[in-house]
This record gives sequence, C-alpha cells and structure tokens, in this order.
Amino acid sequence: MLVFIIRRLLQSVVVLFVMSLLVFAGVYAIGNPIDILISPDATQADRADAIARLGLDKPMYVQYLVFLGQAAAGNLGKSFAFNIPAIELIFERMPATLELAVFAMGLAVVLGLPLGLYAGLKPKSLGGRAIMAGSILGFSLPTFWVGLMLIMVFAVFAGVLPSNGRGPTTLLLGVPVSFLSLDGLKHLLLPGFTLALLNIALIIRLARSGTQEALMMDYIKFARAKGLSNARIVGVHVLKNIMIPIVTVIALQFGSVIAFSVVTETIFAWPGMGKLLIDSINVLDRPVIVAYLLIIVTLFIFVNLVVDLLYSVLDPRVRLTDSGQ
Amino acid sequence: MTVALKVENLSTHFFTKQGVVKAVNEVSFEVPRGGVLGLVGESGSGKSMTGYSIMGLIDPPGRVVGGRVLLGGTNLLELDPEAMRAMRGSRVAMIFQDPMMTLNPVLRIDTQMIEAIQAHEKVSRAAALARAREALARVGIPSPDERLASYPHQFSGGMRQRVAIATALLNKPDLIIADEPTTALDVTIQGQILFEMQKLTRESGTALIWITHDLSVIAGLADHVCVMYAGRVVESGTVDQVLDAPRHPYTRGLIASVPAANPRGRALAQIPGMTPALLNLPPGCPFRERCARADAACGADPATEALADAHAVRCFHPHTEALPPAAAEGASP
Ligand SMILES: Nc1ncnc2c1ncn2[C@@H]1O[C@H](COP(=O)(O)OP(=O)(O)O)[C@@H](O)[C@H]1O
Ligand code: SF4
Ligand SMILES: [Mg+2]
Repeated sequence: MLVFIIRRLLQSVVVLFVMSLLVFAGVYAIGNPIDILISPDATQADRADAIARLGLDKPMYVQYLVFLGQAAAGNLGKSFAFNIPAIELIFERMPATLELAVFAMGLAVVLGLPLGLYAGLKPKSLGGRAIMAGSILGFSLPTFWVGLMLIMVFAVFAGVLPSNGRGPTTLLLGVPVSFLSLDGLKHLLLPGFTLALLNIALIIRLARSGTQEALMMDYIKFARAKGLSNARIVGVHVLKNIMIPIVTVIALQFGSVIAFSVVTETIFAWPGMGKLLIDSINVLDRPVIVAYLLIIVTLFIFVNLVVDLLYSVLDPRVRLTDSGQ
Repeated sequence: MTVALKVENLSTHFFTKQGVVKAVNEVSFEVPRGGVLGLVGESGSGKSMTGYSIMGLIDPPGRVVGGRVLLGGTNLLELDPEAMRAMRGSRVAMIFQDPMMTLNPVLRIDTQMIEAIQAHEKVSRAAALARAREALARVGIPSPDERLASYPHQFSGGMRQRVAIATALLNKPDLIIADEPTTALDVTIQGQILFEMQKLTRESGTALIWITHDLSVIAGLADHVCVMYAGRVVESGTVDQVLDAPRHPYTRGLIASVPAANPRGRALAQIPGMTPALLNLPPGCPFRERCARADAACGADPATEALADAHAVRCFHPHTEALPPAAAEGASP
C-alpha cells in the first residue's frame, strides 16, 4: 500500500513536469501579453522596462528554466495583472469553486442515487421509465444552455433565485463559504444544479444498470432465502455492490466538474477559479494561466489516487499492488 | 413419523409473451421430519422452480397458480409477503448450486451470517456472532473466528458451500431445500458435504429436499425419490422402489445413463432426444417423443397411478419386468 502510494507520487511528478512543458509552450503560442498590459501610448523606455521586469526579454527556454527553478521552490510566478503571486490569487478563488463543485456533486448523488435505484428496482413502472427519459435530457442538454434557461425561468420570470455572484459568505474554519446562510444557499442553487445535471443523469444510469445486474445475481436470491427484508437487501446487498462503480465515477467527475465550472462560473458570475482563468486568458496573464492548469492537473492526479484507494476499500477483491496498475 | 412438509398439486406457470410455461405442473409429495427426499430429473424439468415455489421466491412473469404447501399445518401459499419473509430462512431454508455466486462478494462472512439471524430474532451482535461461529465449526470449517472476518473470495468453492450450509442451519429450520449443492464441486468435496449434510439433518431432525440430476447421489442419501419430467412428477416411491424396480420408461432411461450402472467400456445409454420445450406444451404424455413404449394411447395425459405402498407412476404402459442386473447393481449400492 505504502509502496503503491510512493510510486504513484513519483509518477505524478513526471506527469506534472511534462504538463508544465506543454502548458508553457501552449501559453507562449497564444500571444505576447505585453501589448495588452501596457497602454499603447507608453514610451519606448517604459515598454522596455516592463518587458525586462516581467522577464519577457529572455529566450523562451530561459524563461522556462527560470519558471521551473522557481516552481520547484513552490513559486509559480507573479500575476502580470495583479502583481501578486499567481498561486495566491488562485487559492483565494479556490474555495468558491470547490464549494460549487462539492455542492453540485452532493446534489448529483442525493438526487441521482435514489432515482437510479428506483428505476432499477421498477424498470417497467411509469416512474422508472420517466426517470430514464429524463436522464437522456441530462446527457444531451449543453451546460451553457441549461444555465441560461435556469436564469430565464428562476431569476428573470419567477424572480425567486439570484442569478449571479456568491451572495454573502460565512467563515467556516477560516474559509469563506456560501451554503451556511439562506441567501448564500440560494446563490448556490442555480449554478450548482447546472453543474450537477450531467452527473445526476450519469449516476442514475449507473445506479439503474448496477441495480438490475445485482438483482439477477444468486447472492440476492440467497439473501432473500435467508428472509432478509427488502430494505436490507436493497440498502446493503445491492447498494454496496453498485457503489463501487458509482464512487469511482463521482470522484473522477469531481475533477471534470471543477474544469467545467469555467463555463458555469462565467454564466453565473461565480467568483471562482474558472472565472479567474477566463479573465486571465483575456489579458494573457501567463503565470496565472500556467499555475491554474498545473493546479488542475495536480487535482486530477490526487483525485485518481483517491479513487484507487477508495476502490480497494469498497471492493475486498481488489488489493493494491506496487505495480501501479 | 410426523410430516414436516406436504406439497399438494403445486403448479407454477410463467406467463411469457410467447405463451404459458408450465414449469411446475400439479406436483405432490411429502417429507417427514428428519427425512430426505430426492428430487431428480434432467435439467429444465422444473426442480428448481419447485423449490423456489415452496420458498415463495418465484419472480414475475412466474406465479404459483395452484396447490398447497403445508409446513406444519400452515399453507405457505396463503401467507402475506411479510409472513412469508419471516418463514424464509427461519423455518424453510435453501442453498443453491453455485457456491461461488451465492455469497455477496463485498460483505464479510460474519455480516452475512449475523444478518440471517437478526432478520428473525432480536439478539445482540455478540450472541449472533457466537451462533455463527458455532455453525461454522459444525460444518467442519477450521478456525472459524478467523474465517468469520474473511470475505467470500478468500474461500474455496467447497468452503463457500459449507458457509452457505452453515447459514441455512443457523435458525434450525424445519426444512432445507438443497438445489444441486454439490454439482459445482469436485467429487471428493462432494462426498464430504453429502456426508455432513446427512449427519447434520439427522442430528437436528431437519427435513431435507435434495435436488439433483444425478441418481447415484440420491441412492446413498435419500429415503424417498420423486422423478420429475417436464414439470411433473412421473414416478415416486422409496429409494429401493424407484431405483431397483423403476416402472416409468423415463426413470429407466435415467438409470441406464448413470456411469456406474454400465459395464466398463460400453457407451452410456443416453435417452434419445431432448426434453421438450415447456412453452405451450401440447396435451399428452410429454415423454412420448422419446419413449420406446409410446403408442396411440399416449396422446392423452396419463394419470398418476398408485402401485404398492408409496410407489406411484404416471404412465400408460409402465415396465413390470425387473431391471437388467448390471443396471440395478450400479444405481443402488
Ligand atoms: N423466467 C422464466 N421465464 C420463462 N420460463 C422459465 C423462467 N424460469 C424458468 N422457466 C422454465 O421453467 C422450467 C424449469 O426450470 P428449472 O426448475 O430451473 O429446471 P431444473 O431446476 O429442473 O433444471 C425451465 O425449463 C424453463 O422453461
Ligand atoms: S405414457 Fe406412453 S409415452 Fe408416456 S412414458 Fe408411458 S409409455 Fe411412454
Ligand atoms: Mg435447477
């Protein structure tokens, strides 16, 4: 187990290194930030001065090596636009994004799991069919469209829910969160549901097919032959088996929810990392873009590791080997 | 001897899109307390469905459409679902063919055994665990404490089947239905489990229905035998009556196809043809396509005819001559 984790961490360093190379080259290709950062009527001397200060006068490979050296020391550079460390800027915005992602995934589980179980237990019932038809919508509607429709219906026409911002935040263990106040919770609902929709559909599908598969197994027949109640058969014997794929998908989706929140945060003006990324791309704030992408990659690596560990907890047949597979 | 279970005219049909499948058709038998009834027949003859019908485990599109299942005077078929649930696992238990599949792979053995007790009694976890440990020891599982904390994949097939048997015994049921429990195991393990099952049911007075397609297993184990074909009981009687003096052409065919019944080197006498599809089965003796004695009379349904004592047969032209010596010797040791 320990060997497994160490091995995975070493692999992660390699992945991060390769990613930094790609990201750096990619960002370089987008364009020169100096044209955006400096007002057109600045003097030639001012301009040269700024270029030197930002290190943009050196060749690309030198810039990369400087970046790499600083990154190894935990410094991902200063934001061109805000002149504070990029990583600080991102961590400042991270709680908003994480809260939105956790809320969305929580919503997806709370709604998707019971609906999927029901559809699996009663596939021929009207309710079961309606749930499956609904889940198709969840798959096929694009996020931005769903977000706009929700704003139209709940914010513009009905006027019951706010359509932008985080609302008031409360400090929880020193981290600002929205969900602790009613107004903050209201602000969470629309962007949270927008992000959750695809995952609700995904979990419904997984729970339904898993339930149907489990119900056909001999161990369910044996459980019934033991005289167990339906509640125990579904709540323990079926659920524990279908949780294996569902937990895997929840954890993996958590990564993409954070990545997808770029769109949702922009639509709902949610002050998270995604919104920061878009703003930074607009002004070609290279250090922030690079730091953001590297943090997202780190997050994905971490999530994958957690998935593998969870997997071995949930399924006793899986034993982690040090082969890293 | 008091009767533990009496099944009368039990019929279970499956109502499929293509038509009705009469999987169990007017089946009757009884098992005394501590007695062992063998239920034999080729695959698809309705043995498992008979067991499921008794347990109340028939799922749609199937339904028990008639008959009575009397367990100590209670007709199980009249119980509401909750009352039937309370019977399952406490008064009637069932074990299945494939021990690799009957235990839940993600739950520990202790969880799966304790829940079987707590479904029927209010007992503490510790007390239930003690009973589970004792049951495992009784079926010959070494170091039960350690095994209780294991998962099914850490056991061999034979050990898993022992766990299933121990689980079935937990609440001291009146009846255990064993649906081909040794078919998936190798011969040595099969022998051990047969021996232990016999001992355990004899000790506790539990009645046993042993479902198998293998007549040679029945010979050493059962007191009575029902031979099933196409959802019906075609011959029934004591082991001696059915195996030594079989009357039904199908029973004779089964006996001739038991390997031990054959002189060495001779090909097994397989019954020609196949079991008929039970979907929309036409009237008449369902065996007539495969029967050497069939004639025009067999276009009608033969009734069950009582012979001597417990012996009964369902055939217009039952055999009356003795079994050829080699076959008789092999089938009944
Ligand atoms: N779900 C089902 N739908 C239709 N027919 C079924 C179904 N389940 C079982 N049957 C029918 O019941 C018959 C008896 O099956 P079974 O009792 O399992 O046979 P056995 O245990 O003797 O091998 C089968 O031949 C099959 O035609
Ligand atoms: S009734 Fe006729 S066809 Fe059926 S088993 Fe007897 S002899 Fe054969
Ligand atoms: Mg069967």
